[in-house]
Amino acid sequence: MNTASNIINALCFIMYIAASIFFILGIKKLGKANTARKGNLLSGVGMGIAVIAVFINNIIYVIYADGVGHKIALFFMIFGIPLFAIIAGSIVGFLWSKKVEMTGMPELVALFNGFGGLASLLVALSQFCAGKALTNDAFSAITLGLTIAIGAVAFTGSIIAWGKLSGKKAFKKNVPVPNFVNGILCGVGLIGIIFYAFGYSSKTGTGANALGVIGIILTVVVFIVLGVTLVIKIGGGDMPVIISFLNALSGLAAAFAGFPIQNTVLIVSGCLVGASGLILTLIMCKAMNRKFFDLLFKSFGAKKSTAAAGEQKEPKAMSIEDAFLILEAAKNVVIIPGYGMAVAQAQHAVKELCDVLEENGAEVNFAIHPVAGRMPGHMNVLLAEANVPYEQLKTSDDINPQMSNVDVAIVIGANDVVNPAAINDESSPLYGMPIVNAYEARTVFVLKRGKGTGFSGIENPLFTNENTVMIYGDAKQTVSQLVVEFEN
Amino acid sequence: MDIGTIMLLVFIFILAAFLGVELISKVPSQLHTPLMSGTNAISGITIVGAIAATAVDSYLIIEGRGSLAAEIIGLIFGFVAIFFATVNVIGGYFVTDRMLGMFKKKGDN
Repeated sequence: MNTASNIINALCFIMYIAASIFFILGIKKLGKANTARKGNLLSGVGMGIAVIAVFINNIIYVIYADGVGHKIALFFMIFGIPLFAIIAGSIVGFLWSKKVEMTGMPELVALFNGFGGLASLLVALSQFCAGKALTNDAFSAITLGLTIAIGAVAFTGSIIAWGKLSGKKAFKKNVPVPNFVNGILCGVGLIGIIFYAFGYSSKTGTGANALGVIGIILTVVVFIVLGVTLVIKIGGGDMPVIISFLNALSGLAAAFAGFPIQNTVLIVSGCLVGASGLILTLIMCKAMNRKFFDLLFKSFGAKKSTAAAGEQKEPKAMSIEDAFLILEAAKNVVIIPGYGMAVAQAQHAVKELCDVLEENGAEVNFAIHPVAGRMPGHMNVLLAEANVPYEQLKTSDDINPQMSNVDVAIVIGANDVVNPAAINDESSPLYGMPIVNAYEARTVFVLKRGKGTGFSGIENPLFTNENTVMIYGDAKQTVSQLVVEFEN
Repeated sequence: MDIGTIMLLVFIFILAAFLGVELISKVPSQLHTPLMSGTNAISGITIVGAIAATAVDSYLIIEGRGSLAAEIIGLIFGFVAIFFATVNVIGGYFVTDRMLGMFKKKGDN
Protein backbone atom coordinates (compact mmCIF):
# COMPACT_ATOMS: atom_id res chain seq x y z
CA MET A 1 0.00 0.00 0.00
CA ASN A 2 2.84 2.32 0.87
CA THR A 3 4.66 1.67 -2.39
CA ALA A 4 1.48 2.36 -4.35
CA SER A 5 1.04 5.76 -2.75
CA ASN A 6 4.74 6.54 -3.21
CA ILE A 7 4.45 5.80 -6.92
CA ILE A 8 1.36 7.95 -7.19
CA ASN A 9 3.11 10.78 -5.35
CA ALA A 10 6.13 10.62 -7.65
CA LEU A 11 4.00 10.48 -10.79
CA CYS A 12 2.02 13.46 -9.59
CA PHE A 13 5.15 15.43 -8.85
CA ILE A 14 6.50 14.80 -12.35
CA MET A 15 3.19 15.90 -13.88
CA TYR A 16 3.28 19.09 -11.81
CA ILE A 17 6.77 19.83 -13.14
CA ALA A 18 5.54 19.24 -16.68
CA ALA A 19 2.55 21.52 -16.08
CA SER A 20 4.83 24.26 -14.73
CA ILE A 21 7.03 24.02 -17.82
CA PHE A 22 3.98 24.33 -20.05
CA PHE A 23 2.87 27.43 -18.14
CA ILE A 24 6.30 29.04 -18.43
CA LEU A 25 6.59 28.32 -22.17
CA GLY A 26 2.99 29.43 -22.64
CA ILE A 27 3.52 32.81 -20.98
CA LYS A 28 6.77 33.29 -22.90
CA LYS A 29 5.07 32.65 -26.24
CA LEU A 30 2.07 34.74 -25.22
CA GLY A 31 4.43 37.73 -25.19
CA LYS A 32 5.14 37.63 -28.94
CA ALA A 33 2.59 38.49 -31.59
CA ASN A 34 3.19 35.56 -33.94
CA THR A 35 3.33 32.88 -31.24
CA ALA A 36 0.75 34.26 -28.81
CA ARG A 37 -2.07 31.94 -29.81
CA LYS A 38 0.16 28.88 -29.48
CA GLY A 39 1.32 30.15 -26.10
CA ASN A 40 -2.25 30.32 -24.86
CA LEU A 41 -2.80 26.75 -26.04
CA LEU A 42 0.36 25.53 -24.28
CA SER A 43 -0.69 27.05 -21.00
CA GLY A 44 -4.11 25.42 -21.45
CA VAL A 45 -2.36 22.05 -21.87
CA GLY A 46 -0.42 22.76 -18.67
CA MET A 47 -3.69 23.37 -16.86
CA GLY A 48 -5.09 20.07 -18.16
CA ILE A 49 -2.02 18.16 -16.96
CA ALA A 50 -2.20 19.77 -13.50
CA VAL A 51 -5.89 18.88 -13.11
CA ILE A 52 -5.35 15.26 -14.19
CA ALA A 53 -2.38 15.05 -11.79
CA VAL A 54 -4.41 16.15 -8.77
CA PHE A 55 -7.12 13.60 -9.58
CA ILE A 56 -4.47 10.88 -9.73
CA ASN A 57 -3.02 12.10 -6.44
CA ASN A 58 -6.43 11.87 -4.79
CA ILE A 59 -6.49 8.11 -5.43
CA ILE A 60 -4.16 7.87 -2.40
CA TYR A 61 -7.16 8.63 -0.17
CA VAL A 62 -9.03 5.73 -1.74
CA ILE A 63 -6.08 3.47 -0.97
CA TYR A 64 -6.03 4.58 2.65
CA ALA A 65 -9.80 4.28 3.19
CA ASP A 66 -10.91 1.38 5.42
CA GLY A 67 -12.78 -1.47 3.79
CA VAL A 68 -14.14 -2.01 0.29
CA GLY A 69 -17.41 -0.17 0.96
CA HIS A 70 -15.60 2.95 2.06
CA LYS A 71 -13.20 2.72 -0.86
CA ILE A 72 -16.00 2.57 -3.43
CA ALA A 73 -17.99 5.37 -1.82
CA LEU A 74 -14.91 7.56 -1.57
CA PHE A 75 -13.94 6.84 -5.17
CA PHE A 76 -17.29 8.13 -6.38
CA MET A 77 -17.12 11.20 -4.14
CA ILE A 78 -13.57 12.10 -5.10
CA PHE A 79 -14.24 11.89 -8.82
CA GLY A 80 -17.95 12.58 -9.04
CA ILE A 81 -18.19 15.83 -7.07
CA PRO A 82 -15.32 17.69 -8.77
CA LEU A 83 -16.24 16.42 -12.23
CA PHE A 84 -19.79 17.65 -11.82
CA ALA A 85 -18.54 21.12 -10.84
CA ILE A 86 -16.00 21.10 -13.68
CA ILE A 87 -18.61 20.22 -16.30
CA ALA A 88 -20.99 22.91 -15.04
CA GLY A 89 -18.20 25.50 -14.87
CA SER A 90 -16.93 24.59 -18.34
CA ILE A 91 -20.33 25.06 -19.92
CA VAL A 92 -20.83 28.45 -18.26
CA GLY A 93 -17.29 29.65 -19.04
CA PHE A 94 -17.40 28.45 -22.65
CA LEU A 95 -20.76 30.01 -23.47
CA TRP A 96 -19.78 33.26 -21.78
CA SER A 97 -16.53 33.53 -23.70
CA LYS A 98 -18.32 32.98 -27.01
CA LYS A 99 -21.20 35.36 -26.57
CA VAL A 100 -19.38 38.38 -25.14
CA GLU A 101 -18.99 41.42 -27.39
CA MET A 102 -15.45 42.70 -27.79
CA THR A 103 -16.51 46.03 -26.33
CA GLY A 104 -17.53 44.14 -23.18
CA MET A 105 -14.08 42.60 -22.78
CA PRO A 106 -12.81 44.69 -19.83
CA GLU A 107 -15.90 43.79 -17.78
CA LEU A 108 -15.55 40.11 -18.58
CA VAL A 109 -11.85 39.97 -17.69
CA ALA A 110 -12.64 41.70 -14.39
CA LEU A 111 -15.46 39.28 -13.65
CA PHE A 112 -13.42 36.15 -14.44
CA ASN A 113 -10.67 37.54 -12.27
CA GLY A 114 -13.14 37.96 -9.44
CA PHE A 115 -14.16 34.31 -9.84
CA GLY A 116 -10.50 33.28 -9.52
CA GLY A 117 -10.17 35.28 -6.31
CA LEU A 118 -13.40 33.81 -4.93
CA ALA A 119 -12.22 30.29 -5.75
CA SER A 120 -8.95 30.79 -3.84
CA LEU A 121 -10.86 32.22 -0.89
CA LEU A 122 -13.16 29.20 -0.86
CA VAL A 123 -10.25 26.78 -1.19
CA ALA A 124 -8.71 28.25 1.95
CA LEU A 125 -12.03 28.03 3.79
CA SER A 126 -12.50 24.46 2.66
CA GLN A 127 -9.02 23.58 3.94
CA PHE A 128 -9.91 25.26 7.21
CA CYS A 129 -13.13 23.26 7.49
CA ALA A 130 -11.24 20.03 6.91
CA GLY A 131 -9.91 20.93 10.33
CA LYS A 132 -7.35 18.24 10.60
CA ALA A 133 -5.83 20.16 7.73
CA LEU A 134 -2.68 18.71 6.51
CA THR A 135 -0.48 20.30 9.08
CA ASN A 136 -1.00 22.45 12.10
CA ASP A 137 1.88 24.85 12.28
CA ALA A 138 2.02 28.62 12.23
CA PHE A 139 3.41 28.81 8.69
CA SER A 140 0.43 26.92 7.20
CA ALA A 141 -1.95 28.99 9.26
CA ILE A 142 -0.47 32.30 8.16
CA THR A 143 -0.33 31.38 4.48
CA LEU A 144 -3.91 30.15 4.70
CA GLY A 145 -4.90 33.46 6.30
CA LEU A 146 -3.12 35.37 3.53
CA THR A 147 -4.91 33.29 0.89
CA ILE A 148 -8.20 34.35 2.43
CA ALA A 149 -7.12 37.99 2.65
CA ILE A 150 -5.78 38.31 -0.90
CA GLY A 151 -8.49 36.15 -2.43
CA ALA A 152 -11.23 38.19 -0.76
CA VAL A 153 -9.79 41.52 -1.92
CA ALA A 154 -9.32 40.16 -5.46
CA PHE A 155 -12.91 38.88 -5.41
CA THR A 156 -14.85 41.93 -4.26
CA GLY A 157 -12.37 44.35 -5.85
CA SER A 158 -12.93 42.71 -9.24
CA ILE A 159 -16.69 42.66 -8.78
CA ILE A 160 -16.62 46.42 -8.09
CA ALA A 161 -14.37 46.95 -11.11
CA TRP A 162 -16.82 44.91 -13.20
CA GLY A 163 -19.72 47.04 -11.96
CA LYS A 164 -17.88 50.27 -12.71
CA LEU A 165 -16.89 49.09 -16.19
CA SER A 166 -20.44 48.07 -17.06
CA GLY A 167 -21.54 51.54 -15.98
CA LYS A 168 -23.75 50.47 -13.08
CA LYS A 169 -24.68 53.52 -11.03
CA ALA A 170 -24.62 51.70 -7.71
CA PHE A 171 -20.86 51.33 -8.08
CA LYS A 172 -20.19 55.06 -8.40
CA LYS A 173 -19.93 55.81 -4.72
CA ASN A 174 -17.29 57.23 -2.50
CA VAL A 175 -16.02 56.14 0.87
CA PRO A 176 -15.54 58.93 3.41
CA VAL A 177 -11.92 59.24 4.55
CA PRO A 178 -10.94 56.18 2.49
CA ASN A 179 -7.35 55.94 3.69
CA PHE A 180 -8.43 55.85 7.32
CA VAL A 181 -11.13 53.25 6.62
CA ASN A 182 -8.78 51.09 4.54
CA GLY A 183 -6.02 51.35 7.12
CA ILE A 184 -8.35 50.26 9.94
CA LEU A 185 -9.72 47.39 7.85
CA CYS A 186 -6.24 46.21 6.96
CA GLY A 187 -5.15 46.34 10.61
CA VAL A 188 -8.21 44.47 11.88
CA GLY A 189 -7.81 41.87 9.16
CA LEU A 190 -4.20 41.20 10.09
CA ILE A 191 -5.24 40.82 13.74
CA GLY A 192 -7.80 38.29 12.51
CA ILE A 193 -5.05 36.30 10.79
CA ILE A 194 -2.92 36.38 13.94
CA PHE A 195 -5.85 35.21 16.11
CA TYR A 196 -6.42 32.43 13.72
CA ALA A 197 -2.76 31.47 13.50
CA PHE A 198 -2.53 31.27 17.30
CA GLY A 199 -5.72 29.30 17.59
CA TYR A 200 -4.56 27.02 14.85
CA SER A 201 -1.07 26.23 16.00
CA SER A 202 -1.96 25.87 19.67
CA LYS A 203 -4.87 23.55 19.15
CA THR A 204 -4.74 19.89 20.02
CA GLY A 205 -6.52 17.14 18.15
CA THR A 206 -8.80 17.79 15.19
CA GLY A 207 -11.22 20.62 14.65
CA ALA A 208 -10.59 24.30 15.13
CA ASN A 209 -10.86 26.02 18.47
CA ALA A 210 -12.95 29.10 19.20
CA LEU A 211 -10.11 31.60 18.77
CA GLY A 212 -9.34 30.15 15.35
CA VAL A 213 -12.98 30.36 14.23
CA ILE A 214 -13.34 33.98 15.39
CA GLY A 215 -10.08 34.85 13.64
CA ILE A 216 -11.13 33.28 10.37
CA ILE A 217 -14.57 34.91 10.30
CA LEU A 218 -13.02 38.28 11.11
CA THR A 219 -10.46 37.86 8.33
CA VAL A 220 -13.05 36.90 5.71
CA VAL A 221 -15.48 39.71 6.53
CA VAL A 222 -12.87 42.45 6.84
CA PHE A 223 -11.05 41.66 3.59
CA ILE A 224 -14.31 41.26 1.67
CA VAL A 225 -15.15 44.82 2.74
CA LEU A 226 -11.61 46.06 2.05
CA GLY A 227 -11.86 44.92 -1.58
CA VAL A 228 -14.90 47.17 -1.97
CA THR A 229 -13.53 50.25 -0.22
CA LEU A 230 -10.18 50.01 -2.00
CA VAL A 231 -11.55 49.92 -5.54
CA ILE A 232 -14.81 51.86 -5.37
CA LYS A 233 -13.15 55.28 -5.33
CA ILE A 234 -10.92 54.60 -8.32
CA GLY A 235 -11.99 56.46 -11.44
CA GLY A 236 -12.51 55.30 -15.02
CA GLY A 237 -9.15 56.29 -16.48
CA ASP A 238 -7.24 54.51 -13.73
CA MET A 239 -9.05 51.27 -14.55
CA PRO A 240 -6.23 49.73 -16.64
CA VAL A 241 -3.95 49.97 -13.62
CA ILE A 242 -6.38 48.57 -11.10
CA ILE A 243 -7.44 45.71 -13.39
CA SER A 244 -3.87 44.53 -13.82
CA PHE A 245 -3.31 44.89 -10.08
CA LEU A 246 -6.37 42.76 -9.27
CA ASN A 247 -5.12 40.22 -11.78
CA ALA A 248 -1.84 40.06 -9.87
CA LEU A 249 -3.73 39.58 -6.60
CA SER A 250 -5.78 36.63 -7.82
CA GLY A 251 -2.57 34.94 -8.98
CA LEU A 252 -0.93 35.60 -5.63
CA ALA A 253 -3.96 34.19 -3.82
CA ALA A 254 -3.61 30.97 -5.83
CA ALA A 255 0.11 30.82 -4.96
CA PHE A 256 -0.59 31.20 -1.24
CA ALA A 257 -3.32 28.57 -1.44
CA GLY A 258 -0.54 26.18 -2.49
CA PHE A 259 1.56 26.66 0.65
CA PRO A 260 -0.58 24.88 3.29
CA ILE A 261 -1.03 21.84 1.03
CA GLN A 262 2.59 22.00 -0.22
CA ASN A 263 1.44 22.06 -3.80
CA THR A 264 4.29 23.24 -6.03
CA VAL A 265 2.29 23.80 -9.21
CA LEU A 266 -0.02 26.20 -7.40
CA ILE A 267 2.92 28.13 -5.98
CA VAL A 268 4.79 28.35 -9.29
CA SER A 269 1.94 29.26 -11.59
CA GLY A 270 0.18 31.52 -9.09
CA CYS A 271 3.42 33.38 -8.51
CA LEU A 272 4.07 33.71 -12.27
CA VAL A 273 0.67 35.34 -12.65
CA GLY A 274 1.27 37.55 -9.63
CA ALA A 275 4.62 38.76 -10.94
CA SER A 276 3.37 39.37 -14.46
CA GLY A 277 0.32 41.23 -13.18
CA LEU A 278 2.54 43.42 -11.05
CA ILE A 279 4.83 44.22 -13.99
CA LEU A 280 1.83 45.16 -16.11
CA THR A 281 0.56 47.36 -13.29
CA LEU A 282 3.87 49.20 -13.15
CA ILE A 283 3.97 49.60 -16.96
CA MET A 284 0.49 51.17 -16.81
CA CYS A 285 1.53 53.47 -13.96
CA LYS A 286 4.58 54.58 -15.89
CA ALA A 287 2.42 55.35 -18.93
CA MET A 288 0.37 57.69 -16.75
CA ASN A 289 3.34 59.08 -14.85
CA ARG A 290 1.68 58.11 -11.61
CA LYS A 291 2.99 56.28 -8.64
CA PHE A 292 1.04 53.17 -7.78
CA PHE A 293 0.95 54.20 -4.16
CA ASP A 294 -0.67 57.54 -5.07
CA LEU A 295 -3.27 55.81 -7.18
CA LEU A 296 -4.42 53.66 -4.30
CA PHE A 297 -4.15 56.24 -1.58
CA LYS A 298 -4.66 59.66 -3.14
CA SER A 299 -7.71 60.72 -5.04
CA PHE A 300 -7.18 61.98 -8.55
CA GLY A 301 -8.61 65.07 -10.18
CA ALA A 302 -10.13 66.20 -6.91
CA LYS A 303 -8.32 69.50 -7.08
CA LYS A 304 -9.60 71.41 -10.09
CA SER A 305 -6.96 72.90 -12.29
CA THR A 306 -6.69 76.58 -11.42
CA ALA A 307 -4.54 77.45 -14.42
CA ALA A 308 -7.55 77.99 -16.66
CA ALA A 309 -8.15 81.39 -15.09
CA GLY A 310 -6.74 83.34 -18.09
CA GLU A 311 -8.62 84.03 -21.32
CA GLN A 312 -11.27 81.43 -21.98
CA LYS A 313 -11.25 80.44 -25.62
CA GLU A 314 -14.18 78.68 -27.22
CA PRO A 315 -13.38 75.59 -29.25
CA LYS A 316 -14.22 75.86 -32.96
CA ALA A 317 -16.78 73.46 -34.32
CA MET A 318 -16.80 72.23 -37.91
CA SER A 319 -19.37 70.55 -40.14
CA ILE A 320 -18.80 67.10 -41.61
CA GLU A 321 -18.69 68.51 -45.17
CA ASP A 322 -15.87 70.91 -44.36
CA ALA A 323 -14.02 68.23 -42.43
CA PHE A 324 -14.28 65.97 -45.47
CA LEU A 325 -12.63 68.60 -47.70
CA ILE A 326 -9.65 68.78 -45.36
CA LEU A 327 -9.40 65.00 -45.08
CA GLU A 328 -9.61 64.58 -48.85
CA ALA A 329 -6.49 66.69 -49.27
CA ALA A 330 -4.59 64.94 -46.46
CA LYS A 331 -1.66 62.68 -47.37
CA ASN A 332 -0.77 61.58 -43.86
CA VAL A 333 -3.46 60.82 -41.31
CA VAL A 334 -3.13 59.58 -37.72
CA ILE A 335 -6.12 58.26 -35.80
CA ILE A 336 -5.97 58.48 -32.01
CA PRO A 337 -8.70 56.38 -30.40
CA GLY A 338 -9.79 56.47 -26.76
CA TYR A 339 -12.49 55.08 -24.52
CA GLY A 340 -15.10 57.12 -26.47
CA MET A 341 -14.51 54.89 -29.49
CA ALA A 342 -15.34 51.84 -27.37
CA VAL A 343 -18.47 53.46 -25.95
CA ALA A 344 -19.72 54.47 -29.40
CA GLN A 345 -18.69 51.04 -30.77
CA ALA A 346 -17.16 52.97 -33.64
CA GLN A 347 -14.27 50.58 -34.41
CA HIS A 348 -15.81 49.13 -37.60
CA ALA A 349 -16.74 52.57 -38.92
CA VAL A 350 -13.20 53.72 -38.14
CA LYS A 351 -11.79 50.83 -40.17
CA GLU A 352 -14.00 51.86 -43.13
CA LEU A 353 -12.75 55.42 -42.85
CA CYS A 354 -9.21 54.09 -42.76
CA ASP A 355 -9.89 52.11 -45.98
CA VAL A 356 -11.38 55.03 -47.93
CA LEU A 357 -8.52 57.29 -46.82
CA GLU A 358 -6.00 54.74 -48.06
CA GLU A 359 -7.87 54.42 -51.34
CA ASN A 360 -7.58 58.18 -51.57
CA GLY A 361 -3.79 57.80 -51.39
CA ALA A 362 -3.24 58.79 -47.79
CA GLU A 363 -1.03 56.99 -45.29
CA VAL A 364 -3.08 56.07 -42.23
CA ASN A 365 -1.69 55.07 -38.84
CA PHE A 366 -3.19 54.57 -35.44
CA ALA A 367 -1.54 56.04 -32.37
CA ILE A 368 -2.41 53.98 -29.31
CA HIS A 369 -1.62 55.36 -25.90
CA PRO A 370 -0.86 52.59 -23.37
CA VAL A 371 -3.70 53.63 -21.07
CA ALA A 372 -6.29 54.52 -23.74
CA GLY A 373 -9.50 52.73 -22.79
CA ARG A 374 -10.30 50.80 -19.67
CA MET A 375 -7.83 47.93 -19.69
CA PRO A 376 -4.27 47.47 -20.90
CA GLY A 377 -4.32 47.13 -24.69
CA HIS A 378 -8.08 47.81 -24.91
CA MET A 379 -7.87 49.77 -28.20
CA ASN A 380 -5.71 47.12 -29.86
CA VAL A 381 -8.35 44.47 -29.24
CA LEU A 382 -11.19 46.60 -30.59
CA LEU A 383 -9.29 47.58 -33.74
CA ALA A 384 -8.15 43.99 -34.24
CA GLU A 385 -11.82 42.99 -34.13
CA ALA A 386 -12.44 45.48 -36.95
CA ASN A 387 -9.61 43.83 -38.95
CA VAL A 388 -7.09 46.62 -38.66
CA PRO A 389 -3.70 44.90 -39.19
CA TYR A 390 -1.54 45.22 -36.11
CA GLU A 391 1.41 46.78 -37.98
CA GLN A 392 -0.77 49.84 -38.41
CA LEU A 393 -1.21 50.24 -34.66
CA LYS A 394 1.68 52.37 -33.44
CA THR A 395 2.69 53.34 -29.93
CA SER A 396 2.95 57.00 -29.00
CA ASP A 397 6.76 56.69 -28.96
CA ASP A 398 6.71 55.62 -32.62
CA ILE A 399 4.30 58.29 -33.79
CA ASN A 400 5.38 61.35 -31.82
CA PRO A 401 8.64 62.06 -33.72
CA GLN A 402 6.71 62.15 -37.03
CA MET A 403 3.72 64.06 -35.71
CA SER A 404 4.76 67.38 -37.29
CA ASN A 405 4.52 65.75 -40.75
CA VAL A 406 0.97 64.61 -40.12
CA ASP A 407 -1.69 66.48 -42.07
CA VAL A 408 -4.67 65.46 -39.97
CA ALA A 409 -4.78 63.85 -36.53
CA ILE A 410 -8.24 62.48 -35.75
CA VAL A 411 -8.88 62.14 -32.03
CA ILE A 412 -11.80 59.78 -31.45
CA GLY A 413 -13.14 59.83 -27.92
CA ALA A 414 -9.74 60.36 -26.32
CA ASN A 415 -9.04 63.25 -24.00
CA ASP A 416 -6.42 63.11 -21.27
CA VAL A 417 -3.98 61.09 -23.39
CA VAL A 418 -3.74 63.98 -25.89
CA ASN A 419 -3.81 66.81 -23.35
CA PRO A 420 -0.82 69.11 -24.01
CA ALA A 421 -1.08 70.41 -20.45
CA ALA A 422 0.82 67.24 -19.55
CA ILE A 423 3.84 68.77 -21.31
CA ASN A 424 3.66 72.50 -20.75
CA ASP A 425 1.49 73.21 -17.71
CA GLU A 426 3.28 72.43 -14.48
CA SER A 427 0.17 73.12 -12.44
CA SER A 428 -1.84 70.45 -14.24
CA PRO A 429 -2.42 67.17 -12.40
CA LEU A 430 -1.51 65.47 -15.68
CA TYR A 431 1.89 67.20 -15.83
CA GLY A 432 4.64 64.75 -16.75
CA MET A 433 2.38 62.09 -18.21
CA PRO A 434 3.64 60.94 -21.64
CA ILE A 435 0.97 61.77 -24.23
CA VAL A 436 0.31 61.39 -27.93
CA ASN A 437 1.46 64.76 -29.30
CA ALA A 438 -1.64 65.32 -31.42
CA TYR A 439 -1.30 69.11 -31.10
CA GLU A 440 1.80 69.01 -33.36
CA ALA A 441 -0.22 67.82 -36.36
CA ARG A 442 -1.16 70.43 -38.99
CA THR A 443 -4.86 69.98 -38.30
CA VAL A 444 -6.49 68.17 -35.40
CA PHE A 445 -10.04 66.81 -35.55
CA VAL A 446 -11.57 66.04 -32.19
CA LEU A 447 -14.64 63.79 -32.33
CA LYS A 448 -16.55 64.27 -29.13
CA ARG A 449 -20.07 63.86 -27.86
CA GLY A 450 -20.26 67.18 -26.03
CA LYS A 451 -18.18 69.93 -24.55
CA GLY A 452 -17.45 68.25 -21.21
CA THR A 453 -14.04 67.39 -19.83
CA GLY A 454 -12.64 63.85 -19.57
CA PHE A 455 -12.97 61.53 -16.61
CA SER A 456 -10.36 63.50 -14.70
CA GLY A 457 -12.33 66.74 -15.03
CA ILE A 458 -9.26 68.50 -16.39
CA GLU A 459 -9.56 71.21 -19.06
CA ASN A 460 -7.92 70.23 -22.33
CA PRO A 461 -6.16 73.19 -24.04
CA LEU A 462 -5.86 71.09 -27.20
CA PHE A 463 -9.54 71.73 -27.90
CA THR A 464 -9.06 75.51 -28.08
CA ASN A 465 -5.83 75.45 -30.13
CA GLU A 466 -5.72 77.36 -33.45
CA ASN A 467 -5.28 74.17 -35.48
CA THR A 468 -7.97 72.16 -33.68
CA VAL A 469 -11.54 71.76 -34.85
CA MET A 470 -14.25 69.95 -32.93
CA ILE A 471 -16.76 67.67 -34.65
CA TYR A 472 -19.51 67.16 -32.11
CA GLY A 473 -21.82 64.16 -32.17
CA ASP A 474 -21.77 60.39 -31.80
CA ALA A 475 -18.34 59.19 -32.97
CA LYS A 476 -19.75 56.26 -34.93
CA GLN A 477 -22.22 58.44 -36.86
CA THR A 478 -19.62 61.12 -37.53
CA VAL A 479 -17.14 58.60 -38.90
CA SER A 480 -19.80 56.85 -41.01
CA GLN A 481 -20.90 60.19 -42.48
CA LEU A 482 -17.30 60.99 -43.40
CA VAL A 483 -17.10 57.62 -45.17
CA VAL A 484 -20.31 58.42 -47.07
CA GLU A 485 -18.84 61.78 -48.14
CA PHE A 486 -15.82 59.94 -49.56
CA GLU A 487 -17.98 57.47 -51.44
CA ASN A 488 -20.01 60.23 -53.14
CA MET B 1 5.48 21.41 8.24
CA ASP B 2 9.19 21.17 9.00
CA ILE B 3 11.46 24.12 8.46
CA GLY B 4 13.22 22.48 5.51
CA THR B 5 9.96 22.12 3.57
CA ILE B 6 8.98 25.70 4.36
CA MET B 7 12.32 27.01 3.10
CA LEU B 8 12.01 24.97 -0.07
CA LEU B 9 8.49 26.27 -0.79
CA VAL B 10 9.55 29.87 -0.17
CA PHE B 11 12.57 29.29 -2.44
CA ILE B 12 10.28 28.06 -5.24
CA PHE B 13 8.00 31.04 -4.71
CA ILE B 14 10.81 33.58 -5.02
CA LEU B 15 12.32 31.93 -8.10
CA ALA B 16 8.91 31.89 -9.77
CA ALA B 17 8.45 35.59 -8.99
CA PHE B 18 11.73 36.49 -10.71
CA LEU B 19 10.92 34.23 -13.64
CA GLY B 20 7.54 35.93 -14.04
CA VAL B 21 9.13 39.38 -14.10
CA GLU B 22 11.69 38.26 -16.72
CA LEU B 23 9.01 36.67 -18.92
CA ILE B 24 6.75 39.68 -19.01
CA SER B 25 8.97 42.73 -18.98
CA LYS B 26 9.36 43.01 -22.77
CA VAL B 27 5.85 42.35 -24.03
CA PRO B 28 4.63 44.78 -26.74
CA SER B 29 1.68 46.91 -25.67
CA GLN B 30 -0.68 45.49 -28.31
CA LEU B 31 -0.54 42.14 -26.48
CA HIS B 32 -1.32 43.53 -23.05
CA THR B 33 -4.98 42.53 -23.07
CA PRO B 34 -4.46 38.93 -24.25
CA LEU B 35 -1.54 38.59 -21.84
CA MET B 36 -3.70 39.77 -19.00
CA SER B 37 -6.64 37.54 -19.83
CA GLY B 38 -4.31 34.60 -20.55
CA THR B 39 -2.54 34.89 -17.20
CA ASN B 40 -5.93 35.46 -15.60
CA ALA B 41 -6.94 32.03 -16.89
CA ILE B 42 -3.77 30.58 -15.32
CA SER B 43 -4.74 32.03 -11.94
CA GLY B 44 -7.62 29.56 -12.11
CA ILE B 45 -4.93 26.96 -11.19
CA THR B 46 -6.48 27.26 -7.76
CA ILE B 47 -8.86 24.61 -9.14
CA VAL B 48 -6.11 22.10 -8.28
CA GLY B 49 -6.22 23.24 -4.66
CA ALA B 50 -10.01 23.03 -4.71
CA ILE B 51 -10.02 19.46 -6.04
CA ALA B 52 -7.46 18.44 -3.41
CA ALA B 53 -9.52 20.09 -0.66
CA THR B 54 -12.74 18.29 -1.64
CA ALA B 55 -10.83 15.00 -1.55
CA VAL B 56 -9.64 15.64 2.02
CA ASP B 57 -13.16 16.59 3.13
CA SER B 58 -14.64 13.53 1.37
CA TYR B 59 -12.10 11.25 3.04
CA LEU B 60 -12.84 12.63 6.50
CA ILE B 61 -16.59 12.34 5.95
CA ILE B 62 -16.42 8.73 4.74
CA GLU B 63 -14.07 7.69 7.52
CA GLY B 64 -16.20 9.51 10.09
CA ARG B 65 -13.35 11.54 11.57
CA GLY B 66 -13.53 15.08 12.90
CA SER B 67 -16.64 17.22 12.83
CA LEU B 68 -19.10 16.09 10.18
CA ALA B 69 -20.87 19.46 9.92
CA ALA B 70 -17.62 21.35 9.28
CA GLU B 71 -16.55 18.80 6.71
CA ILE B 72 -19.82 19.03 4.80
CA ILE B 73 -19.50 22.82 4.74
CA GLY B 74 -15.92 22.38 3.58
CA LEU B 75 -17.07 20.05 0.81
CA ILE B 76 -19.64 22.60 -0.35
CA PHE B 77 -17.02 25.37 -0.35
CA GLY B 78 -14.74 23.12 -2.36
CA PHE B 79 -17.48 22.32 -4.86
CA VAL B 80 -18.33 26.00 -5.40
CA ALA B 81 -14.60 26.81 -5.63
CA ILE B 82 -14.14 24.22 -8.38
CA PHE B 83 -17.11 25.66 -10.27
CA PHE B 84 -15.86 29.26 -10.20
CA ALA B 85 -12.25 28.29 -10.88
CA THR B 86 -13.42 26.32 -13.92
CA VAL B 87 -15.40 29.28 -15.25
CA ASN B 88 -12.24 31.36 -14.82
CA VAL B 89 -10.04 28.78 -16.56
CA ILE B 90 -12.28 27.77 -19.46
CA GLY B 91 -13.74 31.23 -20.02
CA GLY B 92 -10.30 32.82 -19.75
CA TYR B 93 -8.62 30.50 -22.25
CA PHE B 94 -11.39 30.69 -24.83
CA VAL B 95 -11.78 34.44 -24.63
CA THR B 96 -8.00 34.89 -24.97
CA ASP B 97 -7.97 32.60 -27.98
CA ARG B 98 -10.84 34.53 -29.55
CA MET B 99 -8.99 37.79 -29.06
CA LEU B 100 -5.71 36.45 -30.42
CA GLY B 101 -7.52 35.02 -33.42
CA MET B 102 -8.51 38.57 -34.36
CA PHE B 103 -4.97 39.92 -34.40
CA LYS B 104 -3.97 39.91 -38.04
CA LYS B 105 -1.00 40.99 -40.08
CA LYS B 106 -1.48 43.03 -43.20
CA GLY B 107 -2.67 40.74 -45.98
CA ASP B 108 -3.93 37.95 -43.71
CA ASN B 109 -7.49 36.87 -44.14
